[in-house]
Amino acid sequence: MAVQYLAANRFGLGRRFDDPAADDPKDWLIRQIDDYDPAPAAIAGLAGREAIATAYAEYRDERQAMRREAKNAQIGGDDGEAEAMRRMSRAGFRRHYGEAASARLAAAVATPTPFAERLVHFWANHFAISADKQTVVGFAGNYENEAIRPHIMGKFSDLLVAAVHHPAMLLFLDQAQSFGPDSVFATRVRNRGKRRAPGLNENLAREIMELHTLGVRAGYTQADITNFAKALTGLTVAGLGRGAGQRLMPADARPGETVFVDRLHQPGAQTILGKSYGQTGAKQAEAVLRDLAAHPATARHVATKLARHFTGDEPPAPLVDRLAQDFDRTGGDLPSLYRTLIASPEPWAAEPAMFKSPWDWTVSMLRALKTPGLGERQNIAAMFVQLGQPVWRPGSPKGYDDMVATWAGSAALMQRVELASRIAARIGDRADARALAPLVLADALTPETAQAISRADSPGQGIAMLFASPAFLRR
Amino acid sequence: MILSRRSIILSGITVAAAGALPRFAYAAAGTPKRLVFVIQRGAADGLATVAPTGDPAFAAARRALADESAGGAKLDAMFTLHPSLAQTASLYTGKQAHFAHAVATGYRDRSHFDGQNMLEGGGARPYGRDDGWVGRLLTLLPAAERDAIAIAPAVPLALRGSVQVGTYAPSRLPQADADLIARLTAMYANDPLLHPLWDSAVRTQELASDISGNNGRNGADLGKLAASLMMPADGARVMMVETGGWDTHSGQRGRLAAQLRGLDQLIGALQTGLGPVWGDTLVIVATEFGRTVEVNGTGGTDHGTASTAMLLGGGLAEGGKVSADWPGLGAAARYEGRDLKPTRSLESVIAAAVAHHYALDPTRVMTTLYPDA
Repeated sequence: MAVQYLAANRFGLGRRFDDPAADDPKDWLIRQIDDYDPAPAAIAGLAGREAIATAYAEYRDERQAMRREAKNAQIGGDDGEAEAMRRMSRAGFRRHYGEAASARLAAAVATPTPFAERLVHFWANHFAISADKQTVVGFAGNYENEAIRPHIMGKFSDLLVAAVHHPAMLLFLDQAQSFGPDSVFATRVRNRGKRRAPGLNENLAREIMELHTLGVRAGYTQADITNFAKALTGLTVAGLGRGAGQRLMPADARPGETVFVDRLHQPGAQTILGKSYGQTGAKQAEAVLRDLAAHPATARHVATKLARHFTGDEPPAPLVDRLAQDFDRTGGDLPSLYRTLIASPEPWAAEPAMFKSPWDWTVSMLRALKTPGLGERQNIAAMFVQLGQPVWRPGSPKGYDDMVATWAGSAALMQRVELASRIAARIGDRADARALAPLVLADALTPETAQAISRADSPGQGIAMLFASPAFLRR
Repeated sequence: MILSRRSIILSGITVAAAGALPRFAYAAAGTPKRLVFVIQRGAADGLATVAPTGDPAFAAARRALADESAGGAKLDAMFTLHPSLAQTASLYTGKQAHFAHAVATGYRDRSHFDGQNMLEGGGARPYGRDDGWVGRLLTLLPAAERDAIAIAPAVPLALRGSVQVGTYAPSRLPQADADLIARLTAMYANDPLLHPLWDSAVRTQELASDISGNNGRNGADLGKLAASLMMPADGARVMMVETGGWDTHSGQRGRLAAQLRGLDQLIGALQTGLGPVWGDTLVIVATEFGRTVEVNGTGGTDHGTASTAMLLGGGLAEGGKVSADWPGLGAAARYEGRDLKPTRSLESVIAAAVAHHYALDPTRVMTTLYPDA
């Protein structure tokens, strides 16, 4: 049993060149629960919500102004110049995404608590947003850093509430534009009779039940979803929308701030999963969220996903049961789940091995090297697009899945070998793969791999072979 | 604060290295000279490149590979040039090529990493130096001849030293070379997941890879690129070009023929690209060590000791000649019973060629390039 290797790779993000050897790998993992820093230095300098929201609003306003101008001018005008300007302002809010993606990588490479950092990535993917919508792009990094990081060592319910309330989630799943059909605002619009009254959008309510908490086909009905969507109305984001609702924002709301606007909220009690919620205002949705977080189906759903992340495509039933019971018993205390995971035998089985995602693999390469493996001008976001795992952009609220077949593809493998070669060429003889291999592969280094590396025709080729070796590709 | 020598050099501030170097008069100014160092990483087989067909023990030792040189240019009574090296053979006829045989650095073990470190660093033992012989040579050159560049993503050890050196790595340069792909194929052979994935990846991958790829045209592209970087008035004057894929443990016949074809095209493209400047250019081609005299069981050769170095250019001291204090290939004449015995140091061959090229004092060049010798 390759305990050192599994602790470093399955639980962690790959051994760093300067990591001390852990005498007791399980104890090393457990200690990370307390040592975890929710605000590491690498993410400290990133823009806040207001700057991100303002950058997007500027882009949108410029685009509108240009459209008006184009309409006014009889001929198209100077398209090239207009396009250049549009690109420039677009770069303004895209920059926040790129900087946050680079900072995420830097944090993962530097972290002394790689197990905790892996959990940050796991939960950000469980509560996935996708930076496809222009409104969401700039907020993607802020979402992970402000909604996920502070809560991964607390209760599941607090993590859920924080994720759902972040502007990135509200914008991604259309909550910011969902209004109670009988809200003060919708009623007034309807009475004027000039245009169709704004209404409900069920997107967020459905995905919370299906993906974040209960799990698909867990017994909820369409009525439960509709009623939950009604309970969520009123939650929106200030300073972004062009919609009618923006005029209703509280006067002191800063751009990019999550606000609850009572006049958008559907009045009255809502019945969800057989229970009536009579709370008023924002308290109503929060009460539903906390009940969903404590539901036995949620315990099983979360236990299954967590178990799969640490054991492979088919998580063993005893481990899922153990985690689900633990979740029920502790009221969704996440550190308790992590301890159960570490103490369980299943994640420590060498087989089946998981295949590192492009993210995991790249992070583990960079952690192994003392000399930076990438140039300072490397576009981090673009690199992960090329590797097939764009940062914070899984393309759906389901997030990236945790199956071997998702990442183990032939073109993907060649891309990894090419990136490994590129990094190895930069490093050259500044690292000795023969010395590095026993450090990073530890008790999983096979004589075959060691021999293949030692026979490489150059130091650089040795490094590329280490990073492309079967054990390094897996976790 | 105590900075290690290594960290100082890596940070680009090479104060310690500069201070440690002796100062000599610079070489005389004139037409700017060009120097190209082509490193053959992986131990190129000198016995196949410049084959001692006149040695009575050659055919028996090389068995199936003895006719590798068939059809190649006869250099003299003893040596035949590999047939892939057609353009190089023309240079030899025009007294613009010289082959130094049975040469080796001071390194006597058989690790690529350590051997390349000695070849580039020029120290007395592996990892003995943090700077390289080309880097130290730059300190002897006038400012106009000191601009150095490596076609590589990072500065190779040979060029490191007190003078700032550039690198140029066009992104279109192939990243995963054929040799690495072959090694990974072996590494994944027994892996039920990776083996089929890799097979299909390799099949679909167009192997526009190292110099041997694309029937040698990759070598020509590299030579053309190197020449284009050295031609402009403010271009590079000293250049290092990396070549890999020389580690022919198996199937040497086809692989080495392709490698040498790529090298020949590289040299030809350099000559063509440099045009009139070729007369003021010295090209040094060298490898970390040679390969065994005997063929192994897989139609290849294993890590050896002495090999061949090439000197090419318009102003050689002894163009059109193979220089060797030939040790012979009989079992008793070999190094440790298996390798071509080194009878001359590669360091002295390089130092002498460089001194002649730049009209510098040979002793000064030797002590600067190889201060630990």
